Amino acid sequence: MRIDDLINHTSEWLKGSGPYSNIVISSRVRLARNLNSIPFPHRLNKKQGQEVIDAVRTAVEKVDFLKGSLFIDMQQLDALDKQFLIERHLMSYEHARPDNYRALVLEKSEIISIMINEEDHLRIQVMQSGFSLFEAWSIMNRIDDVLSEHLDFAFLSEWGYLTSCPTNTGTGLRGSVMLHLPALVMSRQINRVLSAIAKLSFTTRGLYGEGTEASGNFFQVSNQVALGHKEEEIISNINALIKQVIEQEEQMRQHLFTHQRAILEDKIWRSFGILKSAFIISSQETIDLLSMLRLGVDLDIIKDIDRSTINRLFLITQPAHLQKIENKRLSSHERDVKRAEIIRKTLEKIS
Amino acid sequence: MLCDLCGKNEATVHLTEIIDNQVTELHLCEECARNKSIEMEQQFGLGDLLAGLAEFGKGIEETESSRLKCSKCGISYEDFKKIGKLGCSQCYITFKRYLSSLLKKIHGSNKHIGKTPLKVTAVADKDKKNILEDLRQKLQKAIEAEEFEEAARIRDQIRELEKVNRKNENR
Ligand SMILES: [Zn+2]
Ligand SMILES: [Zn+2]
Repeated sequence: MRIDDLINHTSEWLKGSGPYSNIVISSRVRLARNLNSIPFPHRLNKKQGQEVIDAVRTAVEKVDFLKGSLFIDMQQLDALDKQFLIERHLMSYEHARPDNYRALVLEKSEIISIMINEEDHLRIQVMQSGFSLFEAWSIMNRIDDVLSEHLDFAFLSEWGYLTSCPTNTGTGLRGSVMLHLPALVMSRQINRVLSAIAKLSFTTRGLYGEGTEASGNFFQVSNQVALGHKEEEIISNINALIKQVIEQEEQMRQHLFTHQRAILEDKIWRSFGILKSAFIISSQETIDLLSMLRLGVDLDIIKDIDRSTINRLFLITQPAHLQKIENKRLSSHERDVKRAEIIRKTLEKIS
Repeated sequence: MLCDLCGKNEATVHLTEIIDNQVTELHLCEECARNKSIEMEQQFGLGDLLAGLAEFGKGIEETESSRLKCSKCGISYEDFKKIGKLGCSQCYITFKRYLSSLLKKIHGSNKHIGKTPLKVTAVADKDKKNILEDLRQKLQKAIEAEEFEEAARIRDQIRELEKVNRKNENR
């Protein structure tokens, strides 16, 4: 498998399936782990950096889940490849920075990825489509068990897994859920929901489409506390919180559908109209309009489009994806033209 | 609308941020948004930590915490306060006193009750005794709860750990 092969591949988390996939885009679990005898990544010299990469590589080869994975030395990638991987949520911005000795393990179905020498020696990620935090955790738990047989993880019985930043010390676990909440945004209820989430010491971020641009309707909610709870507890706490947010969004969707049907349909069909006919479209406008289209599909107002088609459009209309498809550098204007063309062609097949 | 940060370019990116439990809207140009997102990645979850550090510094004599250096990686507690990152696993032992209350501030607890690695060659030898003790308790609980699969897993961990201990003693 090569990076360029990914372009024709649908990331597992974009399948648009899984529980509550009308509201939850994806569920993600990550673990931070460090090797005991080597300084944390920001203090590595070249030899130690390589030592970490080699040790992880050897251990990874022993994990069944990771057979056939792509092992990438970050120094071999150009900026476009890096941006491409960020757009697919397979690595962080931080990992794209040129310093230090970084590598990336990519499992074939894109469910699992491991960043080596990011903020910690290992940042393992498991990502699933829809609301599937427990499934993601159970895969993660098994990966971690196998790796821990072959790697000497920094650990204290009192404080758990030791990480470079104390905010991750303990379980090293962060669970995140990407939510699509157009009805709460439309009805201006979202701020109330977000401040309730913050009070419970969870964090909310936006979705960075375009790698940088955030859209108003997407929110990623994660836990902040990593110590003092069992892993399963941390996962069930986020799970319970997300369930409530889903319920609020669902109620609000029903409310709009019943009481403001004309306004709702107007927004949705106009969005569909623009997407079907535009010749130049920015990434931000695309995200906003696709968000409305997705809502139309979720409410069965728009038929004949499935969620995976919309999800795929979200993914491939991002800048690095457009340039990978065209196999050349595109200016911002050229991207806006190409983006509009891809969207038109996809949607014109649908009546 | 102009960008909130540079005030020069057209704002094309609209962010919602939570600052001090207040939801704030930010309108940014593409360039400032890119910088912002890198910054947010880095600071993600760090807000509380830095708040904790600032408050925390009050109690300690400056000179004492700056003199204290990790024997393995060489960073001082002052360095840590500046960059927000520890240098190596040994730092956790070196700065134990200070970190204990910091961890409590960040997480609301400073006792790990989550999982234990299958293979433990922990930071300090003394710690292995704690881990063993911990595992034995967990084993007892698992047996009482009739979770035999879990019990078998813990038993293997204990055996592995005892093997490592014996090896070290014979050295
Ligand atoms: Zn600006
Ligand atoms: Zn150190």
